[in-house]
Amino acid sequence: MEINPIVLKFVYAAVVVSVIMGLCSYAVLAERKISSWIQGRVGPNRTALPLVGGIPILGPFLTRLGIFQPIPDGLKFLFKEDVLPGHVNKFYFMMAPVISLVPALTTVVVVPFGRFVNEAGDVVPLVLANVNVGLLFLFAISSLGVYGVVLAGWSSNSKYPFLGGIRASAQMISYELAMGVSVLPILMWVNAPGKEGTMNLFDIAVAQNGFWFAMWMPLSAIIFLVCLFAETNRLPFDMAESETELVSGFHTEYSSFKFGLFFVGEYAHMVIGSCVFTLLFLGGWNPLPFVTLESLGMGQGILGAVLSVGIFLGKMCAMMFFFMWIRWTLPRFRYDQVMKLGWTILLPLSIANLILYIFIIYYLDTGL
Amino acid sequence: MPFVIKRKPLNLMEKLYLPEIARGLSTTFKKIWEKPVTLEYPEQRPTIPEGYRGVPTLVRDPEGREKCVSCQLCEFVCPPKAIRIVPGEIPEDSEYAHVEKGPKEFDIDMLRCIYCGMCEEVCPEEAIWLQNQFSMSGYSREEMVNNKDKLYELGGTLPDEHFKWNKKKDAAAKGGGH
Ligand code: SF4
Ligand code: SF4
Repeated sequence: MEINPIVLKFVYAAVVVSVIMGLCSYAVLAERKISSWIQGRVGPNRTALPLVGGIPILGPFLTRLGIFQPIPDGLKFLFKEDVLPGHVNKFYFMMAPVISLVPALTTVVVVPFGRFVNEAGDVVPLVLANVNVGLLFLFAISSLGVYGVVLAGWSSNSKYPFLGGIRASAQMISYELAMGVSVLPILMWVNAPGKEGTMNLFDIAVAQNGFWFAMWMPLSAIIFLVCLFAETNRLPFDMAESETELVSGFHTEYSSFKFGLFFVGEYAHMVIGSCVFTLLFLGGWNPLPFVTLESLGMGQGILGAVLSVGIFLGKMCAMMFFFMWIRWTLPRFRYDQVMKLGWTILLPLSIANLILYIFIIYYLDTGL
Repeated sequence: MPFVIKRKPLNLMEKLYLPEIARGLSTTFKKIWEKPVTLEYPEQRPTIPEGYRGVPTLVRDPEGREKCVSCQLCEFVCPPKAIRIVPGEIPEDSEYAHVEKGPKEFDIDMLRCIYCGMCEEVCPEEAIWLQNQFSMSGYSREEMVNNKDKLYELGGTLPDEHFKWNKKKDAAAKGGGH
């Protein structure tokens, strides 16, 4: 049976988006659980599904883990009163949550989740759109997410959200630079003279069959990671929300499902950020440095595809854990510290790093 | 007197910041594996310390008499005016008639009470006690007012050995008394 490839793409897209949304809701649960563990609490442990919760041993165990908690968490957003304050600019106020979520979900299309070796022996990436400018596309679209925040801050027509929006945009501009410069060494390495030029995320992951980039470009990895925290508005960089100063920052005026969209958007950004970091620096779906699935003899067919996706998702979840772990370790920066760190430390450092690797890669490529 | 705490200048490792972050991360990571310190409230109850000031209640003596003589001192002393007492005579047909008075109505508004314990302190008859109950809830304001029956129900019996009323009654029978 021939399936229309366009229909197939739609099915893939639906699957990927629902997986991402599922990941987001469980990321919220993980966040709550991890924060409670770090703070010596128990965390959500009451919500039980009538049937599943009744299974002896397993049911109470899952309930204590809070596995069913995301369902009421989501329903809560749907059933709460949706307040539309009278003083807001209605159109942009409604647009903002959508604008902050859409880029996060759009960037998913260029992120390869694994690979599949078909009968002919070709390695096919499991990705929605295998575009050549993958990385560029990703940077371009994901930074659009900040428009949602800025628009929310501006259209709310009140002071705290406004300050939050301003901060978000300033922060985005300062860290985007360092972030872009810090990945240039990778692109230089992948696009060595004589090779076909590419910015494809899949090719970058494949280039890490030996060394992972985090191993021989640790400085790039650290700068990229710090910028990633800033870009996703996570602590210690969540200046846009900063409850202690700005009530709730850009989403102060939002309620119920519109707030829910922002909330999911933040986690979606985090999921994508983790994916990208895994692809760029942590070797994608290679189980260990210098060990690929092929060299283990498990790279073929469906098994190989499932393994690659599994390893990739495993690394991604580890990154998500790291995001949350940092959040409950570091206090929030002051705003001037954020700016100072971005402009006077990270940017010069990333440029120095770039120059260093220009020389290293030049000598490696020309063989001294 | 104000004094200045000297701050150590940061050493190189601290200035680099990242090593210190790693140290912080290891601290929080260790915390993950520790036992939670919280109580899971409705199932696990806190231990109430000696002298705890919970909901104020009225108590009876071991023979089942109400100890309160409706002197209204507690009503007078109560800072937020949570107590309302209507004093009354003890009915003629009671065994204890003519000995002392008793409250006809005794209401404590728990929406007003601040659990200060002044009523317990001031009561000359040791009739009102702040006991261990710490959670009260209701759906209306009326429900949150404890009336006399409720107060005695919450209070129970105070195991004291004075039996003051018996003595007073004996004295009255011998012609003494008031
Ligand atoms: S505890 Fe204090 S506030 Fe409460 S009834 Fe007694 S005197 Fe009044
Ligand atoms: S409870 Fe004590 S202080 Fe209050 S009226 Fe009764 S006897 Fe007097």
